[in-house]
Amino acid sequence: MSALIDPRRVLDAPLVSSEQTTRRDFLKISGVMGGGLMLAAAVPGWTQTTPQLVGGGDLNAYVQIKPDGSIVIYSGSPEMGQGIATSLPMIVAEEMGADWADVVVQQTPEVNTERYGRQSTGGSYTVYLNWQLMREMGASAREMLISAAAIVMELPRDELQAEDSRVRHLFSNRSRSFAELASLAQDQPIPAKADLVFRAREDYRIIGTSKSQVDSFDIVTGQGDFGIDTRVPNMLYGSYTKCPAVGGKIVEANIEDIKTLPGVVDAYIVRGNGNVRELLDGVGIVGTSTWAVFTARKALQIRWDESQASKDSWTDFAEFAEKQGDTGAAVLFEQGDVDTALQDPSNTVISSFYEYPYLTHLCLEPMNCTAHFQPGKAGVKDHLEMWLPTQSGPGFKTLAQQRYGLDADQLSIHVKRMGGSFGRRTSGEYMCEAIELSKLSGRPVKLTWSREDSMRHDYFREGGFCRLRGAMTADGKLAAWEEHTIGTAVGSEPSRWTGVRAGSFPLATSAHARGSLTTFRMDTPSGPWRAPFSNTHAFVSQCFIHELAEAAGRDHVELLIEMMGEPRWLEPGNFRAMNTGRAVGVIKLAAEKGGWGRPMPAGRGLGIAFYFCHAAHVAELAEVSVDDEGKVTVHKVTAAVDVGPIINRSGALNQVQGSIIDGYSAMAGQKITMENGRIQQTNLDQYPVLRIDAAPQVDVHFIESDFDPTGLGEPGLPPLAPAVANAMFVATGRRVRAMPLFDQGFSV
Amino acid sequence: MPKFSITVNGADAQVDAPDDMPLLWALRDLMGLTGSKYGCGIGQCGACTVHLNGAPVRSCLLPVGQVSGQAITTIEGLADGDALHALQQAWIEKDVAQCGYCQSGQIMSAAALLQSNPEPTDADIDAAMAGNYCRCGTYIRIREAIHAAAMSVDAAAAK
Ligand code: FES
Ligand code: FES
Repeated sequence: MSALIDPRRVLDAPLVSSEQTTRRDFLKISGVMGGGLMLAAAVPGWTQTTPQLVGGGDLNAYVQIKPDGSIVIYSGSPEMGQGIATSLPMIVAEEMGADWADVVVQQTPEVNTERYGRQSTGGSYTVYLNWQLMREMGASAREMLISAAAIVMELPRDELQAEDSRVRHLFSNRSRSFAELASLAQDQPIPAKADLVFRAREDYRIIGTSKSQVDSFDIVTGQGDFGIDTRVPNMLYGSYTKCPAVGGKIVEANIEDIKTLPGVVDAYIVRGNGNVRELLDGVGIVGTSTWAVFTARKALQIRWDESQASKDSWTDFAEFAEKQGDTGAAVLFEQGDVDTALQDPSNTVISSFYEYPYLTHLCLEPMNCTAHFQPGKAGVKDHLEMWLPTQSGPGFKTLAQQRYGLDADQLSIHVKRMGGSFGRRTSGEYMCEAIELSKLSGRPVKLTWSREDSMRHDYFREGGFCRLRGAMTADGKLAAWEEHTIGTAVGSEPSRWTGVRAGSFPLATSAHARGSLTTFRMDTPSGPWRAPFSNTHAFVSQCFIHELAEAAGRDHVELLIEMMGEPRWLEPGNFRAMNTGRAVGVIKLAAEKGGWGRPMPAGRGLGIAFYFCHAAHVAELAEVSVDDEGKVTVHKVTAAVDVGPIINRSGALNQVQGSIIDGYSAMAGQKITMENGRIQQTNLDQYPVLRIDAAPQVDVHFIESDFDPTGLGEPGLPPLAPAVANAMFVATGRRVRAMPLFDQGFSV
Repeated sequence: MPKFSITVNGADAQVDAPDDMPLLWALRDLMGLTGSKYGCGIGQCGACTVHLNGAPVRSCLLPVGQVSGQAITTIEGLADGDALHALQQAWIEKDVAQCGYCQSGQIMSAAALLQSNPEPTDADIDAAMAGNYCRCGTYIRIREAIHAAAMSVDAAAAK
C-alpha cells in the first residue's frame, strides 16, 4: 500500500504534465513588446501642443490599448463555464483604473507559459494562483499610463490618478484618456514589482460587482466558439472507435467495407501505445460530415483481443466492499487513542456503511479536437496546428511535443472555449486521436466523440464505499471517529482520487481519529470530477456526523460548532488549509439564514452539512420534503460561503447555484456501472439528469473575509448531498446511505 | 445525393445531403450554422433545439428530408437584424450562461414558449423547458431570464 496521500500534492498536482512556470519576475518576462508606433514623431512638439498620441500598444503581456480606446485584456486560463475569462480580467481592469465598458477580453493567442504564466485551470485554484499576477499586470499598466500622462500634462506623477480609462489630475479637471496615452505609455519604464501599490479594497469599483460573462453576447447569438464548432478549410470529420472494454487490442476490422459507405473518405486501423491517456487501439473513420462517420461506424465489425482488457465488475466490487471490517489494512491517518474510546462502555458507539457510485463527467459538449498535421518538406519542419478544448494548453502541448517529436515552434494551439469540463478535459487522448487521423488522411480533421464515446471512455468519478464508526460520550461529545474507505486501485497503486486525507474534516479536528483504506483493483480509468474526493467524502462524513448527533440526542449545528474547537488554522502557516473559525462562521450563517430550528410540518425537514475543500469553507442547509410515494422535493438550499473577497458577484453566485443543482442532479439519479469491463450506461436515456422542474431555490450568502480570494468552481457541490440526505432523515426517519436516490426507491 | 430546399432563418438554402441526415448535422456541417449544438443525439438534452415552422423541435432527430420546403429558425436567426430577441437580452443581463453550451437550445425552447404563452408561470416554464438539460445547473437564472424577457416584451407593448 502506498503511503499517506498528501492532500496538497493532490490539490496542486499538475494537470496532465503541465509545465510548471512559477510566477517568477513576471513583469520582466512579459514587458513591453511591439513597436514605438507614431510617438517618436510626435515627441518634439508635445510641450507646445497636444501631441498625437493615439496608437496601439502592448503595455504588458496581458494589456493592450487599441487606438479606438478599447482595452484588450488577455485571459490566459481556459474557460469552461467557471467564469474565469471574466473574473481575472476584472482584477486587471480594477488595478488599471479601466472602465469595464472599454474592456475586450481575448483568449491569449498562443500557449506560451514564459509569457503568460500557467494557462491551465483546475482545482478551483485559478483565481488564487492568478490573483497577484493579475493585480501586477493591472497596476504596472496603470503606472506606465500615469508616467505617460505626467510627461504630456507636465504634472508630477503623484498628482495623477487613473480612473474610468482616463488619467486625471487630482487638483484640476484636466485628464487624458488611456487611448491618447497608450503609445507613449508603452515606452515608459516598467515598474519594479516591489514598487507596485495595489488599490485598497474599499476603493474597488469593479472587483465585487456583478459583470455578465464576457462571452454572453456570442453565446446567446449562437456564435460561441466552442472546440466542436471549429471549421477550417479542407477539413474532414472524424470518428474513433475503441474497444468497449478499456485496453482491448484490435485484431481485425472490416475497414474495406467501411470505405465504400456514403460520405466516407477513408478508414484506418490505428495501433495505440496502450496508454489510456494517449492512444489506444481503434478504428478511425474520416468523411464529409459528422453524420457520415457516425453512420458508417455503426457498420463496423471489429474483432478485439480482450485478454488484457478490463474485466471490471461493479457487482464484484460491491460484494468485496461489504465484507470489509471497521479498519482497513492500510492505516493512513491516526491520532489519539481511537480504540479505547470505542471500547469504553459508557460511550455510545454506532457504525454505518456508505456507498457512492461511479459518475461520468457528462460535459454537454462531447470530447473533440481539430488537428492539422502538415508534414515538412525540404527546409520546412513538420507543423501541427490544433483547435483544442482543454483545461491545460501547456500540458497538452507537452504531450503532443513528446509524442510526435516536435519542438515548441512546430505547434500552434488555439485553446477553445469548453462546453463544460469539470476535470474531464485534462486527459489528452482525444487530441492524440485527432492528430493520428490528420496524419493518416493528410487533411485537417475534426474528431468528434459521440455522446456514447464520451460516456463510455470517460475518466470517471470513481465509486466506492466507506465504513464509519463513531463514539459519543454520555454527555454527547464526540469521543472517537473512524473512517475506512474501500476504494479502488489502478494496478497496485491506490487511485489518486480515493483514500484518506489528513487535512479533511472531521479527521483533522478529532482528538481520537483513524482513517484507513482498502483497495479493490479496477481498470476503469478514474480522474478528477468536480471537487474530487470531497464530493464523496462530504457525503459519507457529514451524514455520519448527523447520525452521531441523532444517536447522542444532540443538535447537529451545536455539535458541528463544538467539533471545530478553538478558532485556528489546522495547518499553521498554510492559508489554503481549513480554519475552524471560518468554518464556524459559515455554519452559523447558513443556520441563521436558513432558519435552523424552525418547526416543520410532517414529511418536511431541514438538514445541514459543512465541508471544507479547495480552500473554501461552505455550509449548506436544505429544506426537503418527501411524500408518501417517495417523491423528494428540495424546496430551498441556503448556502454560506467563505472564499475571501468575491471578484465577480454574478459569476460567484452562478457557480454556487450551479454546484448545488449539479450536486443534486448527481445525487438524485446518476450511477455508472460496469460489467465485464463494459460501461453499461452510454447516453442520457440510461443516466437521468436533473431537469429544471426539480431545481431548488438557492439562497447564497458570502462571508467576504480578508484572506486572498479563492475559487468557486467546485466547493459548492460537496455539502449538498449530505445536507439533503440529512434533511430526508428528519423528514422521514429513513437514513439514506447510498447514492443515487433513484436506486433507493425515491424519485424527484 | 438529393438536394433539398429549406428556408433557414428567412433565407432560401439548398442542401445536398442524404435524406436521413438529421437536420442538426446539415445545419452544422453543411451550412456552417454551428449555433445549434450536439449533446446526445437522441432527443434527451435539447441542445439542438430549433424551430420548425415556429414550433420547437430536436434537430438531432429530424431527418433533413422531412423538412424540405419548410421554414427553420436557428439561434443565429432569432434576433431581428441587430435587435436581439428579448430573451437574448435577458440572458445577457441575468448572466445566465456558465459554459454556455446548452444555451442556444434553452433560448430556442424559451422563445417558442413565449410565442404561445407570453406570461408563463414558473410551472409553465418548468413544463416547457424540462427537455433542455443544463449540466452547469443554470436553471434558476433561466427561469429568471424568461420572466424578465416576458416583462420586457409586456413593457414594450404597453408603450
Ligand atoms: S442533441 Fe438533440 S436532444 Fe440532445
Ligand atoms: S451552461 Fe453549461 S450546460 Fe448549460
